Amino acid sequence: MDAVAMKTERISSSSAERPPPSRRRRRRAPLWSIRGQVAPHTYVIMACVGIAVPFLAWVAVNAIGTVPRIFMPSPTDVALRFVSWLSNEGFGADFWTSVSRVSLGFLASLALALPLGLLSGTFKPAEALLEPAMDFVRYMPAVAFVPLMLLWCGVGETSKIAVIFVGTFFQMLLMFADDVRRVPMQQIEAAQTMGATRREIVYRVIFPSAAPAMLTTCRITLGWAWTYLVVAEMVAANSGLGYAILKAQRFLQTDKIFAGLIVIGVIGLVQDQALRGLHKVLFPYLKGR
Amino acid sequence: MSKGILIEDLSKTFGANLVLDDVSLSIAPGEFVTIVGASGCGKSTLLRILAGLEMADSGVVACGDKEITGPGVERAMVFQDYSLFPWLSVMGNVLFSRRLAANAHDNLALERDAEEKRAALLLSLIGLSKVKDAYPTQLSGGMRQRVAIARALMSKPAVLLMDEPFGALDAQTREVMQDLVLEVARNEGTTVVFVTHDVEEAIYLGSRIVLMAPYPGRVDCIYDVPFSRNRDMSIRIAPTFLDLKRRIMNRVRDTVANSFDGVDQALTG
Repeated sequence: MDAVAMKTERISSSSAERPPPSRRRRRRAPLWSIRGQVAPHTYVIMACVGIAVPFLAWVAVNAIGTVPRIFMPSPTDVALRFVSWLSNEGFGADFWTSVSRVSLGFLASLALALPLGLLSGTFKPAEALLEPAMDFVRYMPAVAFVPLMLLWCGVGETSKIAVIFVGTFFQMLLMFADDVRRVPMQQIEAAQTMGATRREIVYRVIFPSAAPAMLTTCRITLGWAWTYLVVAEMVAANSGLGYAILKAQRFLQTDKIFAGLIVIGVIGLVQDQALRGLHKVLFPYLKGR
Repeated sequence: MSKGILIEDLSKTFGANLVLDDVSLSIAPGEFVTIVGASGCGKSTLLRILAGLEMADSGVVACGDKEITGPGVERAMVFQDYSLFPWLSVMGNVLFSRRLAANAHDNLALERDAEEKRAALLLSLIGLSKVKDAYPTQLSGGMRQRVAIARALMSKPAVLLMDEPFGALDAQTREVMQDLVLEVARNEGTTVVFVTHDVEEAIYLGSRIVLMAPYPGRVDCIYDVPFSRNRDMSIRIAPTFLDLKRRIMNRVRDTVANSFDGVDQALTG
């Protein structure tokens, strides 16, 4: 018994001298410890449970049959409807129309908010010129701009893109400016004492330093872009996922409403994971030891 | 190519607070000067004015024969922490200054391979050759500060300004770093102005110690350190070292007490 104890002690003390990379398996912390970690496979299992429970509840409600199909279609109904939407109800067209609207609206926002946010977070006069005005506009709900956009841009593509732009641009600018403001002053001053010009500091220090936070801002605002897209499509459109959902409601195709909602959810999930992946690829240095 | 520093009748206020009151000081080329003093004595502000990061209200500061009007390559600065660029490798950080337009045609005129050679030399001097491709987040606090020192020295600055560079390090790492700075300063012949609140560190490193007093920030007195530049750990327990340490610590304490008296008078009177 003692020999075993001594042996384990010797192992652990020699491992303490070893360099950090391969962290040895320690005794497990309780699963629900505050700010604790869980193993990756445990995480995946729990995520699956989180999705499976509401899904099974849905199946159960249908199996019991207390709620009429017209209000609560079964998973099979939804799946079948999705297949027919795919094959002969123009899902592809709806999907690509929506994706292109979101992309254009989001990219327009990004193209303008990125330089302005960089300026606003770097130079006080730019902040004074921009931020109070932006703060004023961003509290106006983007949805309320829909009638105005229809009036100005007509019922074509431009009005949907404009609604997405209004919904994301002002927030994005302010968030970018904050990201830029969080660049440590020491980094900027270090560059100054090495002889960097103002321009070099913006391009070689502030931008690369703020870039990871800015990508996270993009990930968050891209989610909002989808929200505003669906709003715009429900008010004035004759194509796109939002329009398909609205039309399904008119024809009491509850199964298609479900399918549309699930599709949008899946798009969001995929997009979010893709941007998280991109973050890891672009900024490998953030991992630490 | 080290240069001296001249400070004459320097004053600086932040709002109603007089942080530097008529400070004068002259530092010889190649000298290692440490500045100590209680918090609020303006030692960091003085250093930042030398770096050109802060402007004085009145008075003159000059480096060599040129007045200091802003940051410049000949005056490199090492900060307490968070100054490394996390997106660049150790080597990338050290070479950063060489990629700036200001240093493309300086008198050093380093060619690319001469540059790499100097970077490699500095990295071996600070003992980090093996991790030159690592990112700062992968390094310990002591290693990060060593990189910051190498980065500051890359362009052969005439003056190295250090603002409590080891304040965030543990005692053991700190002693290793102090020997490193002594060695680097000797090798490079750089003029060093080193701000610290640690009196022992100030004596161990400096050939002169400037003691500053708070409220208002001013030079209280200057001590000559009676040890040669080639010093090692053993002087830390030499009687003259301990005696000097005791005198300086008592003086720092007095300056704080006096400043409290000043505050008391201001409050009651």
